[in-house]
Amino acid sequence: MNEDNISIYQEEKEGLDPIKRIRFRVQGKIDWFWFLLPAIVLIVAFFFLPIIITFFISGTNMSTATGFQNWKWIGVKSYQRIAAHPDTLKHLWLTIKYVAFTLVFFNLGMSLVIALLTTHIPRRAGFLFRALWLLPRITPVVIYVMMWRFIAADAPYGILNQILIKPLGLQTQNWLPAAPFLFIVLVNGFIGASFGMILFASAIESIPKDLMMASLVDGSSYWQRVRYVIIPHLRWPLLFVTTYQTLSLMTSFEQILVLTDGAYNTEVWALWAYQKAFSTYSGNLQWGFGTALAAILVLIGIILAVVYMRYFKFEELVQEPKIETL
Amino acid sequence: MKLKIVISRIIPYLLLILFTLPIIIGYVWILISTFSTRTYGLLPVDKDGKFGGFTLSNWSFLFEPEIWIVTFNTLILALGLTIGVVIVSMMAGYALSRIKFPGRKAFLSLTLILHAFPTVTLLIAIYFVLRWIALIPVLGRNIPIIGGFGYNTLGGVILVSIAIQLPLGIWLMKGFFDEVSWDMERAALIDGCSRFRTWWDVMLPQIKPGIAALSIFSFIQGWGSFIIPYTYMVNASRATVATYLNNLLSETAPTNYSMLASVGLFQLLPVLIFYIFTQKYLLSIFAGGVKGAA
Repeated sequence: MNEDNISIYQEEKEGLDPIKRIRFRVQGKIDWFWFLLPAIVLIVAFFFLPIIITFFISGTNMSTATGFQNWKWIGVKSYQRIAAHPDTLKHLWLTIKYVAFTLVFFNLGMSLVIALLTTHIPRRAGFLFRALWLLPRITPVVIYVMMWRFIAADAPYGILNQILIKPLGLQTQNWLPAAPFLFIVLVNGFIGASFGMILFASAIESIPKDLMMASLVDGSSYWQRVRYVIIPHLRWPLLFVTTYQTLSLMTSFEQILVLTDGAYNTEVWALWAYQKAFSTYSGNLQWGFGTALAAILVLIGIILAVVYMRYFKFEELVQEPKIETL
Repeated sequence: MKLKIVISRIIPYLLLILFTLPIIIGYVWILISTFSTRTYGLLPVDKDGKFGGFTLSNWSFLFEPEIWIVTFNTLILALGLTIGVVIVSMMAGYALSRIKFPGRKAFLSLTLILHAFPTVTLLIAIYFVLRWIALIPVLGRNIPIIGGFGYNTLGGVILVSIAIQLPLGIWLMKGFFDEVSWDMERAALIDGCSRFRTWWDVMLPQIKPGIAALSIFSFIQGWGSFIIPYTYMVNASRATVATYLNNLLSETAPTNYSMLASVGLFQLLPVLIFYIFTQKYLLSIFAGGVKGAA
């Protein structure tokens, strides 16, 4: 007889009612710990530990020159170096511009427009367009960026040159070096727009039908309806998308890495940190300086993530388990 | 009057097509390009720049052994990520949804914070974690197929990918467990099932749609993932299909775009097939919020 059977036997002998029997079986056990253990190990190893390591190494001069043994503790010197670095303002300004443009024109603007248009036309057609807009998100990043590189490519190959520039009689060129900022915004924007699109579309679809009807009866135009009925309804998702996407845009660099590798002045802050630590181009991998750059983003990320969680009242989503209460 | 109505009906479609054009063009180009010697814009042309030049020669990369090495690696990565994320999330999600324990609320909040937290900022520090894991005997770098769990092994890449995907997975699984009737679980517990058997035999069959959704999503993520294998595998061109393609992209002359498009389509096909047939499952995850790529 194993342990379980013994306890059942005892319970039956004692004639406990079912609820008490559950309590007896559930209380005081640490099953939860075993269920959580793998997740805890992974979270500690790949979230907590790296956060500590980031801040720790940012206080050292560790690089390939010093190796893993001969590094020295230099305190806040890396941060002072960042403050005095001639490129700091350049990267900062580029990052702000990049986040602002992508957010306003795509993650909010385009996603709102697509959500409005696809909920305006018949359901099936709307669904098809939304599915198309999700494609960039689901496409492996290297392929997706490759498409954009071919769109921008030089004549006679590039699509932009062939379809738009040549018929207009303008000077053809490779548009990636010519308008690098435009392309990093476009490449990220076409991925980012689908996030807001889904949230906005489902919010629009959940607006009570009589509200829409009432505005129709009142003879309001489509634009008036958007302005006075739909947008006020979207206040919450708009706020959520803005905050959430600001953070992910600020730290994203994968697309830019594949598109330009930081060339043509497209090195946003996160990519700058990554290149300092990993790019063999300069010969010396500056882990200390790179982690200091990253640490600033980590700090912003932690603060904003905590603020969002508080602000969006995620705690209300957390219901208590009802196993012991009937 | 009638014309006005027709126009107001058509305008939304015209706008949508216009805005969606870059996406459509990208995919159309890949399809045309793979079967052409080269393309001028979307026009397939032969060597002299005249219309035509249809060919299958772009697919000759399929006869090189390298592509099959990276394909195999990518498959292992995608499967490893899927199995890992699903199992760990199923376990943690169950505990968080169903078991009362001290610190439960804190753990849930933590999951949400980590979900919002931009993991890419930790890539440099994770490099050091992987180097330490590599020092562990056997586990670090002496396991067949996946190589181990340390730096410069496929297993290490899988482990990092699992961890990054985990907050989303746990949150998703918790949501699915929340929907299962409490009576069923109570009945199982009253009948003397242990918590583990209740989880495995009673609860898991109830959340099959959730498991399917998370599996498909994770597989697609793993299959297309680039930055993690690119950062933690030394020989990136032999690591996964994504890094292999990136290597070609940064090396070859632009005229060889047709061959790149073919490798791209090769990697894209499984993703597209999954996407077309399982859109509804996937939408439930995207609505829950995907981070990373902006």
